[in-house]
Amino acid sequence: MMDPNVRTGLFAALLAAAMLGLGYAAVPLYDMFCRVTGFGGTTQRASEADADMAARLAASAGARTISIRFDGSVARDIPWRFRPERSTETVQIGERDMAFYVAENESSIPITGTASFNVEPEYTGKYFNKIQCFCFTEQTLQPGETVRMPVLFYVDPAILEDENAKDVEQITLSYTFHRTDDASEESAGS
Amino acid sequence: MATTAEGYQAHSEDHAHGAHDHADHKPGFFARWFMSTNHKDIGTMYLIFSIIAGVVGGAISGIMRAELAAEGIQYLGFWVDLLGGEASVNANLHMWNVFITAHGLIMVFFMVMPAMIGGFGNWFVPLMIGAPDMAFPRMNNISFWLTVAGFFSLLFSMFVPGGTGMGAGTGWTVYAPLSTDVGSPGPAVDFAIFSLHLAGAGSILGATNFITTIFNMRAPGMTLHKMPLFVWSVLVTAFLLLLALPVLAAAITMLLTDRNFGTTFFNASGGGDPILYQHLFWFFGHPEVYIMILPGFGMISQIVATFSRKPVFGYLGMAYAMVAIGVVGFVVWAHHMYTVGLDVNTKMYFTAATMVIAVPTGVKIFSWIATMWGGSLQFKSPMVWALGFIFLFTVGGVTGVVLANGGIDDNLHDTYYVVAHFHYVLSMGAVFSMFAGWYYWFPKISGRWHSEFLAHVHFWVFFIGVNIVFFPMHFLGMQGMPRRYPDFAAAYAQWNHVASLGYIIVAASVVIFFVNIIYAFVAGRRAEANYWGEGATTLEWTLSSPPPYHQFETLPVIEDHHDYHNHMPVSDKPATA
Repeated sequence: MMDPNVRTGLFAALLAAAMLGLGYAAVPLYDMFCRVTGFGGTTQRASEADADMAARLAASAGARTISIRFDGSVARDIPWRFRPERSTETVQIGERDMAFYVAENESSIPITGTASFNVEPEYTGKYFNKIQCFCFTEQTLQPGETVRMPVLFYVDPAILEDENAKDVEQITLSYTFHRTDDASEESAGS
Repeated sequence: MATTAEGYQAHSEDHAHGAHDHADHKPGFFARWFMSTNHKDIGTMYLIFSIIAGVVGGAISGIMRAELAAEGIQYLGFWVDLLGGEASVNANLHMWNVFITAHGLIMVFFMVMPAMIGGFGNWFVPLMIGAPDMAFPRMNNISFWLTVAGFFSLLFSMFVPGGTGMGAGTGWTVYAPLSTDVGSPGPAVDFAIFSLHLAGAGSILGATNFITTIFNMRAPGMTLHKMPLFVWSVLVTAFLLLLALPVLAAAITMLLTDRNFGTTFFNASGGGDPILYQHLFWFFGHPEVYIMILPGFGMISQIVATFSRKPVFGYLGMAYAMVAIGVVGFVVWAHHMYTVGLDVNTKMYFTAATMVIAVPTGVKIFSWIATMWGGSLQFKSPMVWALGFIFLFTVGGVTGVVLANGGIDDNLHDTYYVVAHFHYVLSMGAVFSMFAGWYYWFPKISGRWHSEFLAHVHFWVFFIGVNIVFFPMHFLGMQGMPRRYPDFAAAYAQWNHVASLGYIIVAASVVIFFVNIIYAFVAGRRAEANYWGEGATTLEWTLSSPPPYHQFETLPVIEDHHDYHNHMPVSDKPATA
């Protein structure tokens, strides 16, 4: 039989350790929470089949159009030019649309970057579905190379049934490119 | 029906301690104070430590008030030079950030927490439940020295580079990205983080100790529902510590690896999110504010009951109000971050949940008033401090309800209104309860009377001083003065000047406090066992002042037929009736 003090003490220590674990578990949980709820304007990922379904649904409901504004910027540490090809497009809700961004590596070395993203207003995040996006993977640009980067998306017709979101006339899709390779190589190489 | 005193006799006969009786065999100086395992000695060291830390933190606020007494930057350059930096606009402003950071961290982690939990908790939890000592006396010692080490790590951080200048200039919240290697390169923030690790580890060990002591070591017959409310408050606080501090530890450890080992928990370029840091910090930070005030609630309950010579009104309601505050305190954290871009529904939830806390808090305030109602009031110094607490804490609570509103907070966020609010609940609420506890128990701890006259003078000077410092901050905040700046627009000059004058009054009151301590040790009368008389009904009053080095070697028995507000064995009930 264990000393009751030691038992209670260990129980308390276990509780503290569990909370420490929960603190770390918050990282993936927070990520999952944002993906599921579209919290903070987190966009959704959809398959082609989802897109077909949404398109049929929208067509039968006679959904209206919505304006999409595109925004592109770069973090301080990445010497790229990055902008949308067209600043706005008007799309049918439920119809898929392909938009292009243009990125140019202005430095003399190959650079790898990845884009973070969200939409405004934030509560439209759960209705903004991407089927393909350059932001799903890392992008590497050779010195001076210019690339057109596609994003294939649609707006879920369910947005028309959301009290808060149904009157939204324009959604802004925003990307920021961050550098993912080691920035110190640049100074070493040049 | 054995009394405590009879218990001692029996005990010393049973055990073969040689010729000398059981009495107060104390180890030598070094072993007693540096290797201490005695809860009273450790409690005393915590109290001394927190007074020292309080003087340091208070002196820093003196520098801040001097700088804010008039427009422009007057004194910061001097301190930059003194700490070995080169005065420039940026270095001066960084120095300001270092001061507010140090002031906040010192007051929270090295003044209020050590005094309330480490000091009064260590001293009186075992005494009040009739235990001979804490459950893990050596761990108790480790807790104390970890806290001291944490304090030195924080002080050390002021002398190493922290980005724009010497020291960690992140605010006590250490928000990313300001606190990451981008915003604050250099080792200062690492030392500040390490300081929180040490203090946090000490507090977690302490909390484990209190929980074990309270659950397992209560005297026979003292059920949970017969425990004095101060013990209840420490129990709830210990659980809050145990559940909240590890989350802070996780957050600052992530910050540490982000800074030094290339992780990207809070860095968007690697898929992280700086807002996550704020969520984790405030999941700890909000319970933390209750950690700082709950032991104060407990002390006020003891004191108000003692000097009303009545049992506290609504004992069970008082105990479970503290439990409710602790539980609800974990689900309101985002009211500290209304302006990060939360959507309206989230703000609505956090506004409503925050306001719910006003209910158990109101239960406590009204129960204290009801305790006094019809009581035989004595305005001894602890009671006067307790009344000051009730009044000022309520003022801070009212501004808290204002700030709880997500819509209003958009306007008041990070203004001096917030500064005024949390100083009313902490610098007045928590500190008034600590002084109330100090004057209530100082003769018990030291065996010497302080001067009641000086204690009253201390109260009035401090009361006037803190109100002059902090009340004008409400006006400044409502007029839009942002916090965390060393300079301000001319429109804010008048009230800032008044607040700085108030600081001088507060500083004078601290001098009275120290004079009173010196008086007690030089000329103070000796205190008898129960110097407050019939209103004082907890077990510590059955012991001499100061209590014997080892107490309750035979446990006091709390009989069943007691009314459950009187925590003494029957035969020890005060004779005055």
